[in-house]
Amino acid sequence: MERTETDLIAAVLGGDTASFEPLVVKYSPRLFATARRYARRESEVEDIVQEIWVKAFQKLGGFRREAPFEHWLMRLAVHTCYDFLRAHQRSREAAFSDLFQAEEDWLERFVSQPSSAAEDADAARQLVGRALEQLSPPARLVITLLEIEERSVKDIASLTGWSVPLVKVRAFRARAEMRKVLAKMTKEKYL
Amino acid sequence: MNQDELHRKLIAAARRNPPSERVPLSFEKRVLARIRACPVADYWGLWSDALWRSAASCVAIMLLLGAWWWFNPASGALASAPPASNLSQDLENTVLAAAESEQSLDLSR
Repeated sequence: MERTETDLIAAVLGGDTASFEPLVVKYSPRLFATARRYARRESEVEDIVQEIWVKAFQKLGGFRREAPFEHWLMRLAVHTCYDFLRAHQRSREAAFSDLFQAEEDWLERFVSQPSSAAEDADAARQLVGRALEQLSPPARLVITLLEIEERSVKDIASLTGWSVPLVKVRAFRARAEMRKVLAKMTKEKYL
Repeated sequence: MNQDELHRKLIAAARRNPPSERVPLSFEKRVLARIRACPVADYWGLWSDALWRSAASCVAIMLLLGAWWWFNPASGALASAPPASNLSQDLENTVLAAAESEQSLDLSR
């Protein structure tokens, strides 16, 4: 009979480390998808997810079972990704002068005729990745959670540990920051 | 150029292309190996170790003071102190002084 999450957590807390493995197998795909939103290199993504699991193991005693394990784990994941962004904020790229040809073509299409620039193009995905890399850590986190993952402000407050008004303030600032980055991107190319 | 439209298009592009959920091969084995390699902090163990160490040092200090008191000739001055029975009598008189004075007032009425 398959053991439930509660059984597995109780076994891990009782000293059976091997019972942690099914939890790692079950939730790693979601954690990898989350980490890939914030880190580009695969080695960094792996490091982030490993860090999340080590923290989860060490803090499992503090899991109160008031919320599902997945929510608790996602809070830990968001905090770890935010720490990663803060640790790597100095290495943010400073210019858009090194855009790939496909990205430049997409931007040119958008400038000449906005409706012809497809949203599903790979170049558009690359461009938004570049734009997000220019944002400050809180702005990037808020834009990702609020606009890309389409989460509610309350949900973001619960995930980040920020208050609801703070999330709203940071969302306002993040949009302004994003507008500046996009203005810089288009200015560098077309002025 | 319409910046808001560009923003909307890029965010829509990001939404349409969610990141992959691919997990590297035997990733869970690596996580378990790392967890096993990490020393787990046993806070109760650390606390009990500290308690035992402090108890041992307290016993050592007690023995040193005892030896000092036993072998120091100046500690003989304590022998000239009033006997313990006198001390207890004095303490009793002091504690019961208030009660005794109340009792004597009642009797005088």
